[in-house]
Amino acid sequence: MKSAVVQLPGLNRDRDMIAALTKISGTAPVTVWQTETDLPDVDLIVIPGGFSYGDYLRCGAIAARMPVMQAIKAKAEAGVKVLGVCNGFQILLEAGLLPGALMRNASLKFVCREVKLEVVNAETDFTRAYDKGQIIRSPVAHHDGNFFADAETLAAIEGNGQVVFRYADGTNPNGSLNDIAGVMNAKGNVLGLMPHPENLIEAAHGGSDGRGLFASVLDVIAA
Amino acid sequence: MIKARVTVTLKNGVLDPQGKAIEGALGSLGFDGVGGIRQGKVFDLELATADRAKAEADLKAMCEKLLANTVIENYTIALA
Repeated sequence: MKSAVVQLPGLNRDRDMIAALTKISGTAPVTVWQTETDLPDVDLIVIPGGFSYGDYLRCGAIAARMPVMQAIKAKAEAGVKVLGVCNGFQILLEAGLLPGALMRNASLKFVCREVKLEVVNAETDFTRAYDKGQIIRSPVAHHDGNFFADAETLAAIEGNGQVVFRYADGTNPNGSLNDIAGVMNAKGNVLGLMPHPENLIEAAHGGSDGRGLFASVLDVIAA
Repeated sequence: MIKARVTVTLKNGVLDPQGKAIEGALGSLGFDGVGGIRQGKVFDLELATADRAKAEADLKAMCEKLLANTVIENYTIALA
């Protein structure tokens, strides 16, 4: 199993992601800088969280236009798995790799807390270690996580099983439509989510509910 | 040189929590009867060309590619 973590100015959760991938797969991911266009041959590309380009213009907007994103688009089209967490999710949406948009939290406040997530679709390469309907804990930390899509897009992603995670038990921290916390593309190889599963993978974190996501995507690739 | 102004606004039907907060703040300042506030963005640009048609075409491409997120935003272009 080979993975890569993308690095851009202002992304600051890359080390957490590298630690999670290393601990769970046993192999350190390679790192890819924003200007790289010739990506290493990997099975999974992860765009971590942070504040790329200071969230200027719109969260993820500038990062989504960097050269590395064209290369990631091509890899995604070729079937390589792509995971975006938090700012990584915002970047994937801005790059057009996922449907919808993320707006300012309805509360207008930055939220940093733990939420509950329902695993809505457990038949994806990212979630098969979980059961459908399972409720897991996850940290969130963001200012712009309020998922929006027009009615037609929303109906399509709900109908196709592209809504992978939903905020559960009234813990929606940002006003997202339909409590949506994570969506994937129609093909099922690109997933974005606002919560940080990489920050709940071992006893030192106070739980390991996030481990299943990485175990899923790593097991599938190893098989 | 052509000067231009691009205005980016939220599409109808897209919730604008910032606009709502501004509306509330204006109410608390005593400005009654203010409603429907939508926050947007304005970009002033200078283009090194005298060709207005090219300027408009370039600005449209800039809006589509970067200045606006057309999932949630509309844009208008005005040349000075």
